[in-house]
Amino acid sequence: MKYDIILAGVGGQGILSIAFVIDNAALEDGLFFKQAEVHGMSQRGGAVQSHLRLSSAEIFSDLIPLGEADMILSVEPLETLRYFDYLKPQGAVVSSCTPYVNIPDYPPVEDIYREIKKAPVHVLIDAEKLAKEAGSLRAQNMVMLGAASVFLPLKEEHLRKYIGVLFQSRGEQIVQTNLKAFDLGRQSAFQKH
Amino acid sequence: MKKVVLLGDEAVALAAVHAGLTAGYSYPGTPASEIMEYLIRISEGGKKFIAKWCVNEKVACEEALGVSFAGKRAMVSFKHVGLNVAADPFINSAITGANGGLVVVVADDPGMHSSQDEQDSRYYADFARILCFEPSNHQEAYDMTREAFDLSERFGIPVMIRLVTRLAHSRSSVAVREPREQNHKLEYGRWEDWTLLPVNARRRFRILLDRQKELKDYAESCPYNHLSLNQADHRLGVVVSGIAYNYFREVAKGLSSEPSYLKISTYPFPENKLRQLIGQADEILVIEEGYPFIERFIRGVMGIPGKKIRGKLDGSLPLTGELTPDAVAKALGLPKKTGLKIGEFRLAGRPPQLCVGCPHADTFKALNEALKDFPGSNVFSDIGCYTLGALPPYNAIKTCVCMGASVSMAKGGAEAGIYPSVAVIGDSTFAHSGITPLLDAVYSNTDMTVIILDNGTVAMTGGQPSYGTGEPLVRLLEGLGVDKNHLKIIIPLPKNHQQNVSIIRDELAYHGLSVIVARRECIQILGEKKRS
Ligand code: SF4
Repeated sequence: MKYDIILAGVGGQGILSIAFVIDNAALEDGLFFKQAEVHGMSQRGGAVQSHLRLSSAEIFSDLIPLGEADMILSVEPLETLRYFDYLKPQGAVVSSCTPYVNIPDYPPVEDIYREIKKAPVHVLIDAEKLAKEAGSLRAQNMVMLGAASVFLPLKEEHLRKYIGVLFQSRGEQIVQTNLKAFDLGRQSAFQKH
Repeated sequence: MKKVVLLGDEAVALAAVHAGLTAGYSYPGTPASEIMEYLIRISEGGKKFIAKWCVNEKVACEEALGVSFAGKRAMVSFKHVGLNVAADPFINSAITGANGGLVVVVADDPGMHSSQDEQDSRYYADFARILCFEPSNHQEAYDMTREAFDLSERFGIPVMIRLVTRLAHSRSSVAVREPREQNHKLEYGRWEDWTLLPVNARRRFRILLDRQKELKDYAESCPYNHLSLNQADHRLGVVVSGIAYNYFREVAKGLSSEPSYLKISTYPFPENKLRQLIGQADEILVIEEGYPFIERFIRGVMGIPGKKIRGKLDGSLPLTGELTPDAVAKALGLPKKTGLKIGEFRLAGRPPQLCVGCPHADTFKALNEALKDFPGSNVFSDIGCYTLGALPPYNAIKTCVCMGASVSMAKGGAEAGIYPSVAVIGDSTFAHSGITPLLDAVYSNTDMTVIILDNGTVAMTGGQPSYGTGEPLVRLLEGLGVDKNHLKIIIPLPKNHQQNVSIIRDELAYHGLSVIVARRECIQILGEKKRS
């Protein structure tokens, strides 16, 4: 088994938190993993991406070759398109439809959706709405993780466990909010897929 | 064996602790910062060793050298350009030699994700004539760092660990071993080794030269330099180092037979193994992250008669930027793969930018307005979040070269006739390398204006402590001899805009040295403080 994921978003949207949960759940499931992340300058509101590789055998490259990703998991729709070149023809696109507009030439969002929908397997999630429903706009990343969990070769209970670990220090209420965000994202993806 | 999830940087840090580290020193810089962050986290967890951010890399390296002098184990870590700052103690530490184990960790940034160049630190190790490890994965980062301390003591030299961004900032699991205790006894270095008067230095350098054979023998027999020969296929021999090894193994699955290869992860060059590989292959491909360091060594001036040598120098691989599995696949003659296409759609770029509400933004707005009255002005700047002030909508700065250069370049610019000549520098960058050039400017009363953006932290790298902030910064400036009448403090907030413009304008008009401190905390750090 091998499963390669491109995680995408804008600096500050919490994609490394998604990665933390997947990494640890994979380890708990007895898988090998490698995850290349971005620190430094581009974290300041720029495009950020992380290559996350899961496998039952030893993994060599930290980076995913073009055309080999099984999934693009993105917290922002324009960022989703930036990495299409990495996706396998039958790979899954799990994308938020909530735009993060911090550049002057942001394209019309309908055009972006139209492009995303060209991917044979795609799920567009209203992360903003579901995060609000869960109780915090900041939880959009966990909504997206929940949506992706429908496809991931990982046990749901392990993902939930590490959401708990991740937010533990911020108190029980924040843990619950993020678990709820995860659940709402998961349900939404089930309905759409 | 216990397995832990670690960044490459963290694997190095944990290994150092397990190797009996007495003290670690560093200055923040991507992609090396997480080494010290992790050391600090462990030390706060109750482990008894020193883990400290220093004012700059030279100081960090010298502090580590002091620990080594005392017979204890020390590690210093920084990004590649940090080694330029620390080059003086680094090169000379090879001459004094190490007493307690001394490990120098340098994280290179090929592709310049967060740097102004992509220099390759292996040249420095070669220049200093010391051992250098180049791990290809997290486990090697851990194992090599542990071994580096032992070797440093065995050979009496500092040892370099060369990381690159993709390993430093990649996460995976690592099997860790039983920790070793710290060196217990203080064992002072001998003056004849450590006092580099010419009479001692000549002798010490001879010792270093004589030691080269032992280092070569070690590298030759070291299992990290692994030779795999395919006797049935002599067409290609691949020399691959560090993280490039991963890309090679990843894509070589697609070849009809796996070519012979030599993985180099320990320098000096394992010359015999290289000869063996080259001897049996018709064509050589060198794959390495960074400069064509190995490739140039193999090629020399004459090349190897009858053999084709491919790599970065002949364009088989790109000479700049990071390697990728795709670039390596292409060099191996494998077909190009692609994924989904997005057709005609034009992707808008999303460059990094200052946070909404960043204090620097207000300072740049005020500075830009004040400068409108001065057509011949130039703003020299420096390294930090504020370098983003070069981009729209600010377009406020014209230079960024190296830590502290804004102040020295503004002085040079003023002396060449630029007026007003302005330097914009952050508080931590000022503490790092801005104090000495400012002292120069005070001495000459240069006609220039220095603006210190005091946001109280090293923001770009994640909020490490700054050593030149708040009131102590002002006292420092006074102590340097800055004229109190031309030492101003402004609070960069939208509501103070007009007032700030007029203060800056007055100081630009003044023909002498002015220093303006723009003081307001980084909002990211403020936010974190509020959350915790
Ligand atoms: S991190 Fe701080 S200093 Fe850097 S851009 Fe954001 S607010 Fe400004």
